[in-house]
Amino acid sequence: MEKAPKRFLVVLVAALSVFFLFVNAYAKEPYRIGALFAVTGPASFLGEPEKNTAVMLKDQINKAGGINGHPLEIIIEDTKSDETQAVLSAKKLLENDKVLAIVGPSTTGESMALVPIMNTAATPLLSCAAGAPITQPVKDRTWIFKTPQYDISAVEAIYGYMKKQGISKIGIITISTGFGDAGKKALLEIAPKYGITIVAEEKYGPKDSDMTTQLTKIKAAGAQAVINWSVGPGQVVVTKNWQALKMGIPLYQSHGWGSKKNIELAGKAAEGVIAPLGRLVVWDKLPDKHPQKALLKKYTQDYEALYKSEPGTFGGHAYDAIMMIVEALKKVGPDKKKIRDYIETNIQKWPGTGGIFNMSKDDHCGLDKTAFEMVVVKNGDWEILK
Amino acid sequence: MLTVFLQFLFSGLTVGAVYALVGIGFNITYNATSIINLAQGEFVVIGGLMMWFFAESLKLPFLVSVAFTIISAGIVGLLMERLTIKPLKNPDLLLMIMITIAVSIVLRGILMFAFGKDPYVYPSFTEGEPLSIYGAIIQQQTLWVIGITGFCIILLFFFFKKTMVGKAMLACAVNPTAAKLVGINVSRMVMLSFVLSAVVGAIGGMAITPISLMEYDKGPMLAVKGFCAAIMGGLGTNRGAVIGGFIIGILESMTAGYIHSGLKDAVALIILLLILFFKPAGIFVSKAMHQLRKF
Repeated sequence: MEKAPKRFLVVLVAALSVFFLFVNAYAKEPYRIGALFAVTGPASFLGEPEKNTAVMLKDQINKAGGINGHPLEIIIEDTKSDETQAVLSAKKLLENDKVLAIVGPSTTGESMALVPIMNTAATPLLSCAAGAPITQPVKDRTWIFKTPQYDISAVEAIYGYMKKQGISKIGIITISTGFGDAGKKALLEIAPKYGITIVAEEKYGPKDSDMTTQLTKIKAAGAQAVINWSVGPGQVVVTKNWQALKMGIPLYQSHGWGSKKNIELAGKAAEGVIAPLGRLVVWDKLPDKHPQKALLKKYTQDYEALYKSEPGTFGGHAYDAIMMIVEALKKVGPDKKKIRDYIETNIQKWPGTGGIFNMSKDDHCGLDKTAFEMVVVKNGDWEILK
Repeated sequence: MLTVFLQFLFSGLTVGAVYALVGIGFNITYNATSIINLAQGEFVVIGGLMMWFFAESLKLPFLVSVAFTIISAGIVGLLMERLTIKPLKNPDLLLMIMITIAVSIVLRGILMFAFGKDPYVYPSFTEGEPLSIYGAIIQQQTLWVIGITGFCIILLFFFFKKTMVGKAMLACAVNPTAAKLVGINVSRMVMLSFVLSAVVGAIGGMAITPISLMEYDKGPMLAVKGFCAAIMGGLGTNRGAVIGGFIIGILESMTAGYIHSGLKDAVALIILLLILFFKPAGIFVSKAMHQLRKF
């Protein structure tokens, strides 16, 4: 009686080892890339969809046979929204895991901290954060790319639209975080180029519960429109206050507005709010022949089926970064230098979730204001403005 | 000009009422135990999120949702005291305050897992257009918040001044040993104070969520501002917390309006420091009374 289970075990172990030998003999060496996302901490609203996207893409690619037969391996590290942790995790990925490229990190601060490390390690970094200094000046950022649009492109999209509407005097209200400060800088910097005067410039904290004071001031200053630049609940509170005050001037939001959740939370108050949004959130409103439509549809539907929530623009940034690396690996194989060169020279008219990318040796983001559509909220849904 | 001034004032009142309610919550625990319960902000968050859960997710009638929210907040307060404060062998004040910080972190974690990181909101208690006074608008929900704050203060006043239980609670803070000697069940009074402060916090949370939205990590900011309100007026006096709350709220709003919105938090805190510098016990607490206190 005692021997039977033992014998069974021996057979099982033997069978398993044969199985593994078999598998190992036939599968090619995996391609290993690293990912740094702020899965926890204050920037987790960015890191979570990014991580989900990475996991989903890895499974899809491997199920379809990998990259030229090589399975794709993505090692995801949590940076806890912290620069120091991002540096430590990046070193681990580079030294222990010997990754071919790194996707992320999620925030501008973390990405900046990695610039010198990636340049020394001569490994491509495809950041998922928006800040312009991540990739500029390009001559000191040889190995650094980023997939989110520039803040300045979103501002240009808004100003371009305002010019058409004959708006020349505006008030801006920004959140006192990195996102808001970067937006404010961009708003102030290029206003003169579009003949726009900023008559009032206000701020609020990320947890503030009432912004009527700031809006009242903007209106008293004679603005013809308000631009709010923030992410999180602040943009909903501003929208509600804007409606309650019956300001009689249009409210513009930043590209952070692109979530159905915001319309849900603001309810009727959201009607008429205008924002420059990436095409990811309005994919179903695009004409069928638009080059981004098919991939946006597939990505959004797959993501929603798997995670029961919308991917949002942020998940899309990780999608673009991973797909660029995958394409490079497919074409040039596991060589860091060749991957970098491929992304710089061959990502041309390349449709991604963030827009149609045109990388070059002077621009390691490859997106401009055409990545945005001006979108208005109408009857609780998005509508693309012509 | 008047319209603009009134608008700043109303905005200040809206924000101030929130601070005042949180400040009162601090006072209840402080009056009964001399503890400063730094998980007070989380009670407010629990109020807002549970109300959303009952009213929007389960679609229960309004008053039923209110009752369930109050009960669940009360249970959280009760568990907090029974599980963390009561088991202490040598209750040291500083230690207990550290514990409340730990509890606030744990509560925030639980709320994040239960509700996620998104903000929540539900409609105002009464539907309708905001009121307009000389062209300045005031949202109906703001009136609810102010009304509820006032109602809570009156109830608490009667509770602490006119009922035996209330007086017994006050006695526990002044001298726990003496209170025990005259037959007061000190441990039960401490428990009751946590339940009561959780309930007041949750009521505040229910009232402010339609205005400010509620998310799992709003607690610390509310706690800091509410604490400022409480010490500005003088810890332990509810009248002080209310006036302190409104002063801070209106100061923030006026600074944002007439100076710059980037400075509003700084100015309010500078005024607070000045008040504490010249009157360390707060506006409404006399020096003699302050010396009797442990804090």
